[in-house]
Amino acid sequence: MAFLEITDLTKRYGAETVALDGITLSVERGAFVVIIGPSGAGKSTLLRCINRMIDWGSGEIMLDGVAVGALAGPALRRHRSRIGMVFQHYNLVNRLSVLENVLHGRLGAMSSLAGVLGLYSAEAQQEALRIVQMLGLEPQLYKRCDQLSGGQKQRVGIGRALIQNPALLLCDEPIASLDPNAARVIMDTLAGINRTLGITVLVNLHQVDVALRYAGRIIGVNQGRVVYDGPPAGVTRDHIAMIYGAEADELLIERQVTDVAA
Amino acid sequence: MTTLPPRPFSGVRWLVRTTLAVLALLTIVAFATFDSRSVDVGKATAEFLAGFQRLLLEPRLENVTFVELLEQLAITVALGALTTLIGAAVAFVAALGVARNLAPRWLSLVINSVTALVRAVPTVLWVLLFAVSAGLGSVAAVIGMSFHSAGYLIKAYAESFEEIERGTLEALEASGATWWQIVAQAVVPSSVTALLSWTFVRFEINFSTAIAMGAAAGAGGIGFDMFMASGFYLDLRELGAFTYAVLAFAIALEWFATRTTARIHRPG
Amino acid sequence: MLPREYLLRRRVWAGIGLAVIVALASGASWLTDFDLARALRAFPEAAGWAVANFVPDAAAWRRLPKILDKLNETILMAVASSTVAALFALVFAIAGARTTAVHPWAGLVSRGVATVFRNIDVSAWALILLFSFGQSAYTGYLALFFVTFGFLVRVMIETIDEVSTDSVEALRATGAAYTAIISQSVIPACLPRMLSWLLFMIETNIRSATLVGILTGTGIGFQFDLYYKSFNYPAASLLVLVVVLAVLAIEVSSNAIRRAVL
Repeated sequence: MAFLEITDLTKRYGAETVALDGITLSVERGAFVVIIGPSGAGKSTLLRCINRMIDWGSGEIMLDGVAVGALAGPALRRHRSRIGMVFQHYNLVNRLSVLENVLHGRLGAMSSLAGVLGLYSAEAQQEALRIVQMLGLEPQLYKRCDQLSGGQKQRVGIGRALIQNPALLLCDEPIASLDPNAARVIMDTLAGINRTLGITVLVNLHQVDVALRYAGRIIGVNQGRVVYDGPPAGVTRDHIAMIYGAEADELLIERQVTDVAA
Repeated sequence: MTTLPPRPFSGVRWLVRTTLAVLALLTIVAFATFDSRSVDVGKATAEFLAGFQRLLLEPRLENVTFVELLEQLAITVALGALTTLIGAAVAFVAALGVARNLAPRWLSLVINSVTALVRAVPTVLWVLLFAVSAGLGSVAAVIGMSFHSAGYLIKAYAESFEEIERGTLEALEASGATWWQIVAQAVVPSSVTALLSWTFVRFEINFSTAIAMGAAAGAGGIGFDMFMASGFYLDLRELGAFTYAVLAFAIALEWFATRTTARIHRPG
Repeated sequence: MLPREYLLRRRVWAGIGLAVIVALASGASWLTDFDLARALRAFPEAAGWAVANFVPDAAAWRRLPKILDKLNETILMAVASSTVAALFALVFAIAGARTTAVHPWAGLVSRGVATVFRNIDVSAWALILLFSFGQSAYTGYLALFFVTFGFLVRVMIETIDEVSTDSVEALRATGAAYTAIISQSVIPACLPRMLSWLLFMIETNIRSATLVGILTGTGIGFQFDLYYKSFNYPAASLLVLVVVLAVLAIEVSSNAIRRAVL
């Protein structure tokens, strides 16, 4: 059995909107998977089902042999603490320092009271320092997060996920709010984490060109359905048109431009 | 000659005008049915102006010493501070149950309804109600005043909590943090300055209320001395001295508040 | 600085903050002779007493017309004093706001007068006014009027300076007369917000009028005092009930108006 198995996953919002319409896919341990698709295709919903931030209608998710849908209470907390998540808007506590934001990743593994009081273990503090150094943020260690640039904030977000010592990293549009340079740094960081630490990474992306450059495998989603699943090399213009529908022309022009530039 | 097209109907303008018209009408009714109780307005106004002049220009202490005045002022300040702190403690917990991004809808509805009821009873009535079983004095005053403090601060704190972005809370929840951990590690650090500002604004209000409760509900402090000077000793000049003391402290508070609380929005 | 020292320092500061609060609370308790244990005991006692004695009976209901009459008087007092105060405050605010000041000195005078008026508490005004106006409705009207006037001048100045600075500048550039600028630009632009503040003051003043009534022997406050001092708790409870309903009704309608116009 694969590391992550999603079987016939269906999720509706209200009676009308179908967010996920029978998604079936499996991901091997250590893979770098990029999910592409237009906004509203169900990419975010899919990621949030994997760590059970939202509940779904029918279908099942198995992670490392554990049925995610049946989890509750402390077991659910433990499940979530083994999955790191990175967000488009970083979602940091802006008034706290980089160090404290990174340490927040450890809350899920602590007793509730220790977490409330912020009593992080010496080992956790060492680990936080090591991760901050690795991400090149050491000069900012005690800076408040509202004083950082977008790219720095996203690195703090990644640090917060890494200190969880996760088996899986979910990244929801991690570069959508960043300029091209910062975006490259973040994607390189994610690729490096996947390569050197062997952490399985699932990334939602809007940008086709970035997806093709970094992905080990592409999953194209449209209207809650998987319409492409395979290597980046196999993605054709027709696939792009199928995944993005009306938005496709715009994206293809962008891609031609980048092709020329490259 | 061209005529302008008719002004389009504006609901807002209509509502503003109607409300103002109703208020004007009620004001006219109020003055028409005014119970003047045989007060000679001309004479009373002249008396008031002369009296106010004396109060402002010739203040002096008669029945209390200056040290006693400071003592009584300190008691009033302490009453304001204590009820603010008790209100703040209650409001912090309750506001966590009200903020839409932290609490279930039903709980927020329940707490809001109770708060609305509590706030609908004027503070002086709360104090007098508690005085029946606790006796007139600081216990009844503190309990009664804390009711309104809590009610006011619950609303203010909950609004501060609601300004925290949903995503920040989501990120901690996604890493497996518990609700209380999220409160302590994200909600409190994000809102602490706003909470402090609101608490100070309430302290300003409670200082005034503490004077009033001293005068009308036996809570002691400078309000009671003012009540005695006015109703018992009939000493305008001593009342003037008390007025100056209260005014100086209130203006200092207001000055400090406008410097430190510019960031938050006052109610209204 | 090591992470450990940084986190320790943060915790020490939090501890100091907490200690200051506790010290303030105990100091204030000592000064006011407040006993927390007694207060906690008084709570259930008062509740038990209220359930047993603070309930309207048949005799109390017969007093309802009288109570409603007094309530009416009190509401009219709050509305009339606030509305008249708003008119005066508008003049002073226009004279005092930076945008519309007739003279730099006017602003200073206007703000100064308002500061004195609002910072003498309404109960203190009532006590001062008692000397010349005695136990009459005048005392209450004037006390509410003074405080409301002082408060509204301040918020109206803020409103004018916030809302109409740009439009006043524009109209001045066209050579419009002062009175025309005020009536065509400043007042229409600021009216909704000023109305909102006026409604807020009316709500506040209904509660204050109850308090002032106790001091000056008028309105619903005096009626409560009468019942209270003659131990007629059933009638007092009916009165409180009526006040609660009136305040809630006024709050609901003024909130609705405020939401619609802002």
